[in-house]
This record gives sequence, structure tokens and C-alpha cells, in this order.
Amino acid sequence: MRRSDCLEAIYDELAGCAVVTIMGAVAVELYSLGHRPNFFYLEHAMGLASSMGLGIALSQPRRRVVVLDGDGSVLMNLGGLTTLARYAPGNLTHIVFDNQSLLSVGGFPTATATGSDLAGIARAAGIGNARTVTGLDEFKAAAVAAINASELACLVAKVEPVGPKSFHMDLHMLENRFEFQRALRPEGNSP
Amino acid sequence: MPVSERHSELVYDALVAAGVEVVSALPETWLVHLIRLAEDDPGVILVRLAKEEEGVGISAGAHLAGRKAAMLMQNHGLLQSVNGIVSLAQLYKIPLLMLVSDRGHLGEPDPWQTQGGAATRPILDALGIVTDELRDPETVQLQVSRAMTLAQASLAPVALLLTRDLMWEALA
Repeated sequence: MRRSDCLEAIYDELAGCAVVTIMGAVAVELYSLGHRPNFFYLEHAMGLASSMGLGIALSQPRRRVVVLDGDGSVLMNLGGLTTLARYAPGNLTHIVFDNQSLLSVGGFPTATATGSDLAGIARAAGIGNARTVTGLDEFKAAAVAAINASELACLVAKVEPVGPKSFHMDLHMLENRFEFQRALRPEGNSP
Repeated sequence: MPVSERHSELVYDALVAAGVEVVSALPETWLVHLIRLAEDDPGVILVRLAKEEEGVGISAGAHLAGRKAAMLMQNHGLLQSVNGIVSLAQLYKIPLLMLVSDRGHLGEPDPWQTQGGAATRPILDALGIVTDELRDPETVQLQVSRAMTLAQASLAPVALLLTRDLMWEALA
């Protein structure tokens, strides 16, 4: 299963959500499908995409929030899974693309390559609805269901360690930040 | 416990008056009353952290979603959060109000707090973070209000150091 295919499979579903991605391949591949103002690409601060998603989800309980994370980033903030579980906002879906490697910095294996089970860790952290998927149809069904459900879900998608040829995005970080903030304003509530 | 309840209330009331709606915190002795106040306040979302750096992400998310946030942590929590402060709050111009218990200075009885106390201000300075000390209960409300105003205007972190003079009840 390729991450780019997974993203394409849920691209339409992300239209109405606040979406926070990690840096690297996830950001570039989503951007390549077509940028939207409700997409925020966290180009650094590895590990904190899920914490940002939690902050958004708690601040705007009626908005669906999707975090597109990766194994390397989640491994940097495993404690954050316990915080997600503790507050368990029903409007938050945590999707983790697990390619078992740090792809954009040489492809070195992460601990999931040697057996660490992120869905198992998420369940043990207290996220009841946490599972691993390996096939595209299964991913799409599970992701769409999770995004539309009113329960915190963690979906670990096992994907191939392949990424885009270039990591260039024609969108400055700050442009993205201010545009995303504007997109999160409640309807009709101008500054 | 000689942590001042009265001054903790002053600080908490100042946060609420400054419009804070999301408080992320990791407990330490000086913060117990502040965290209890947040816990008991239905108007505030309290997020208990496993590690302080998460609070930078939560505050950033809250800001982008239109809510004012504050972090409550010990100075060792500040040290723990440095990467998030630099590579999220500063890189993305996020206002970040940080209330930091300033352990490890005159009167500090715990040997393990002393190294971090000596490092706190130099690190805040190195990061270019505007810092003020909360010491006088008379000025707490104004300082917190001004710190929030500056954080929101500059879109940058601002640190308020909670000093022993303020947080520790003087023994009669």
C-alpha cells in the first residue's frame, strides 16, 4: 500500500476537516493532490502534529479534525498518545502512516521495523479504537468511518517506504499558517 | 503546604481576565493550587500533559482555532519544551504565554532544582523570549495582561517566571 494512494482515497473526505500533517512526504503528497486552506503542514516540531490536532479538536468540538502522522513522529511523542486518550475528543482522527523508516532523511529504519506496534501502543495508552490496516480498501473504509464517527480513533496504515521525488512545496510556512487560521474561523465571524 | 493559595488565585484570576480558555499543565509543587483552580473552572479547558512540549502543540492548535492558551510548567518543563518553542511557536509565529515556576534560586532547598534554575534565564535570553518575573502580588494582574497583549501582538512566546517571593507563603 502506498501512502499517496491512501491520501488520494480520503482526499474528498478531508474537504470539511481541519487537517494537520507532519513534514516530509506526507505533506508533499497531500499538497500535490491539491492544496486547500484547511490543510496545515507542520514542517518541523516532529511529534507535535497530534498535540496540535488535540488543541484544535478541544477548542472547536464541532469541527472534524484529522491528523496525518508518521511512525517517526509518533515515536518522538509516545506520551502524547496518553494525552489524546485522556481527553479523547470524538471529533479527532489520528491517522499514522507507518513506513517503518525515516524516509526523508536516508530511510533508516524506525523501531516499528523491529516490531514496535503503534496501534498496540495506542490501545495500551487508552485509545480504544486503534487498529492497523494494510490494504487500500480496508484503509479507505476505516478512515472514512473514523473521520465521520464521534469517537477518537487511531488508524495505523502500513505503507511502503516510498515518497515523492521532490520535497518542494510552493507555499511558505507562514502563508500556510495564516491561511489555515483563517479557514478555522467560525462561519460569519470575521476578524 | 506553604505554597500560597492567595497568590495562586491572583495569578489564576489574571489568566482568566486575560482571556485564557485553554490551560495545558504538568504539575509541580508550586503549581498545585493553580492547576486545581483550572480543574474546577468549567470555563477553562485544562489539558494535563505527559511531557511539557506537548503543551506547545496544544497551545498552537488552540491559537489557530481561535482560543487563547497558557502553559503552566516548572523551569525544567521549559527546558524540555525548547524544540517545540523554537520549531513550532517561533517558526510559525504562535503567541505562547508560558508561566514557569522559577525553581532553583535563593532559598531553594532541593539540590536537584539548582542546575535548572541557573540555566533558565540564559536559555530564555538565547531564544530571544521576552521574560518578566511575577514577584509582587500587586502587579500580577497587570503583568499577566500585558504579557498576553504582547504575545498576541508579536505572535511570539512570552515567559512569566513565577518567583519564590510570590508563590511561597512567608512563614510568620
